[in-house]
Amino acid sequence: MSTHTSPDRTTARPGTDELLRVTGLEKHFPITRGAFIRRTVGAVRAVDGVDLTVATGETLGLVGESGCGKSTTGRLISRLLRPTGGSIVFDGRDITDLSVRRMRPLRREIQMIFQDPYSSLNPRHTVGTIVGAPLRVQDIPTPHGVKRAVQELLELVGLSPEHYNRYPHEFSGGQRQRIGIARALALRPKLIVADEPVSALDVSIQAQVVNLLDDLQRELGLTYVFIAHDLSVVKHICDRVAVMYLGKVVEVAPRDALYATPLHPYTLALLSAVPVPDPDRRDRAQRERILLTGDVPSPVDPPSGCRFRTRCWKARERCERETPALRELAGGHLVACHFPVEDAERTPRGRIAAHLAAADVAPATTTPA
Amino acid sequence: MATTNSPTTTGPLAQPGRLPQPSAFLDVRDLRVHFPTDDGVVKAVDGVSFTLERGRTLGIVGESGSGKSVTSLGILGLHRRGHTRISGEVWLDGEELVSAPPERVRRLRGRKMAMIFQDPLTAMHPYFTVGAQIVEAYRVHHRVSRAVARRRAVDLLGRVGIPQPARRVDDHPHQFSGGMRQRAMIAMALANDPDLLIADEPTTALDVTVQAQILDLIRDLQDEYRSAVLIITHDLGVVAELADDILVMYAGRCVEEGSAQTLFRRPEHPYTWGLLGSMPRVDRAARDRLVPIKGSPPSLINLPTGCAFHPRCPHQGRDGIPCRTEVPDLAQGSDHGVACHLPPTERRRTFAEDIAPAL
Ligand SMILES: Nc1ncnc2c1ncn2[C@@H]1O[C@H](COP(=O)(O)OP(=O)(O)OP(=O)(O)O)[C@@H](O)[C@H]1O
Ligand SMILES: Nc1ncnc2c1ncn2[C@@H]1O[C@H](COP(=O)(O)OP(=O)(O)OP(=O)(O)O)[C@@H](O)[C@H]1O
Ligand code: SF4
Ligand code: SF4
Ligand SMILES: [Mg+2]
Ligand SMILES: [Mg+2]
Repeated sequence: MSTHTSPDRTTARPGTDELLRVTGLEKHFPITRGAFIRRTVGAVRAVDGVDLTVATGETLGLVGESGCGKSTTGRLISRLLRPTGGSIVFDGRDITDLSVRRMRPLRREIQMIFQDPYSSLNPRHTVGTIVGAPLRVQDIPTPHGVKRAVQELLELVGLSPEHYNRYPHEFSGGQRQRIGIARALALRPKLIVADEPVSALDVSIQAQVVNLLDDLQRELGLTYVFIAHDLSVVKHICDRVAVMYLGKVVEVAPRDALYATPLHPYTLALLSAVPVPDPDRRDRAQRERILLTGDVPSPVDPPSGCRFRTRCWKARERCERETPALRELAGGHLVACHFPVEDAERTPRGRIAAHLAAADVAPATTTPA
Repeated sequence: MATTNSPTTTGPLAQPGRLPQPSAFLDVRDLRVHFPTDDGVVKAVDGVSFTLERGRTLGIVGESGSGKSVTSLGILGLHRRGHTRISGEVWLDGEELVSAPPERVRRLRGRKMAMIFQDPLTAMHPYFTVGAQIVEAYRVHHRVSRAVARRRAVDLLGRVGIPQPARRVDDHPHQFSGGMRQRAMIAMALANDPDLLIADEPTTALDVTVQAQILDLIRDLQDEYRSAVLIITHDLGVVAELADDILVMYAGRCVEEGSAQTLFRRPEHPYTWGLLGSMPRVDRAARDRLVPIKGSPPSLINLPTGCAFHPRCPHQGRDGIPCRTEVPDLAQGSDHGVACHLPPTERRRTFAEDIAPAL
């Protein structure tokens, strides 16, 4: 069992300052056919009814398998994409349908950091131009000039002011990610949506950037939505975690509750799959590992009822008929499942039983997307 | 310093070559792979030695650019000879490969040794069906009819957990999901029952649930065929899951080696400490802060003098040790090699008192 290490890493308590509320968020990408007359023949339901809240100053983690809709959710929240349904309320304002022009002043307050520090920086521009661009575009007054402002930002992220005139290719991956962070911070945003910000970095460099994000949050009171597939990094950095599966949030909980007492079968499987960096425990980890059979179904044609049912060892008839709603089972711990995981299933004996049961699920034979 | 609380390790892990007759199944001795470039010579691998027996798994870990892939390509003889300077010895089942004719090494590849890559799409051709590619791999080394080879392909696909293999054998790679492609590539690598399987970041591009399936598969196959497995990864969790022994590389050299238990329980090299301190762990209560390694990896053209890790090492120069001037040897005890000037007693004390409590 883990214990809290610092007092500010607790639940987003009800009544605390809510910075972001996402309700029933949807993004359906149309699939079109035909060269001359384009017709819509279906839709990729990339995000299909996501509910989330984020409190000021907290870090919400967004995890799940590749293609489950994490990046799309992040881009919707930052309004780089327009939702096809649902609503986004940021700092008390409904920003769901704001036009590009009306969105501009809000752009300052919501910034995004991307995974790839190589392709997200223009190789022909100097660091000074890259980090200063948002200041120029948004016409931000800088009392001591843009250059001074940029140099301060560079120092803030642990680079040197002398780097102002250098080009991205002269920097290592970790340094490039710092440049991306400096650019995101230029406008003093309230919310940063970080999409896999450390996934492309080596472990030693990753730790530097994780610590930097931590420090910046403390110093500047930032709020993060942290998208990642690495459950160890998420455990380290997030206060609360939302687990996505096939376009939906299936579980949300304070960090320690999610890792210690996962309620959704998918979360249980996901956590059991993380490699344990401890050779003495590997045999046990393997016996208790829940190996899901088959692949994630296509978001074009998701299963009826509960979307996880084609891989779930606990699925029953009701799961096919009825879509489980996201409901609160314990303080701040929400799950969308008709038959949530019980304590007995988290004991060693229960885990071995789950390991065996999961292996018996007949893999779905549909071709994945 | 012969501490032997790891029953799985027998004998020395590496013996830099003097004996012409190697006893180990795979015996790599003082391997060097240098690339002459316009900017200078890239010393990607600069004197790496290790041994690996059948039925065992050796994990090579290290940061990006430390020479892991170049080492494995060197064993497989896949470097372009005109552009590469290779020296040292690679003994596979009693046969030396560095000095062997390329044609001979090519024949061993795919039959005696096979490789699984990070990205299955680089190993598989998009225009041919998965089955056709496995059939081809098999028929290169076996004179059998297409029908027989096809049965073998279906069999292998089933073996690696592809559902309905008899039907899926005629699919093209793009019709498979990422995890299935990885399985298909493993099936292809296994077509000729290789004795040595080299897996270079076999799960890095995969989701954790798929990764768990693939690691499970590699483990099963090894139990069944008793092959020797060399797994290359930057993920310490993956090596801890799979490897019997671990070799840590930094800037083209091995800085520490030992059994998996030794390296995770009593690591002695400051770089290994740095890797462990950098790593957030899902199996522990969250720490307040990670302990990163400062700076970034060195240039392989102008390596730092002395110990290549010295510009980033917090213990550099402690008690007057010659970190900046002398390259530390991989001092080999019976089961634990550490290339560091700090005296062993000092390393163990530092780990126990300063490093371990913060991990
Ligand atoms: N512009 C688009 N047009 C059509 N489909 C899209 C588009 N963008 C994303 N998708 C699809 O939407 C689904 C969700 O994609 P998304 O990138 O949000 O996933 P993700 O969770 O971020 O995955 P990853 O972990 O691989 O980054 C996927 O099936 C993807 O193929
Ligand atoms: N053909 C080549 N010519 C010049 N330099 C090369 C060549 N191949 C590899 N290198 C260099 O050799 C070094 C070691 O590369 P290698 O691919 O072995 O690293 P690695 O440890 O596998 O890293 P990663 O974790 O990123 O895969 C790198 O600095 C790389 O740039
Ligand atoms: S609702 Fe049913 S199928 Fe879905 S996760 Fe819960 S038990 Fe499994
Ligand atoms: S030799 Fe010196 S610089 Fe190198 S790892 Fe040991 S203490 Fe650090
Ligand atoms: Mg994404
Ligand atoms: Mg590599």
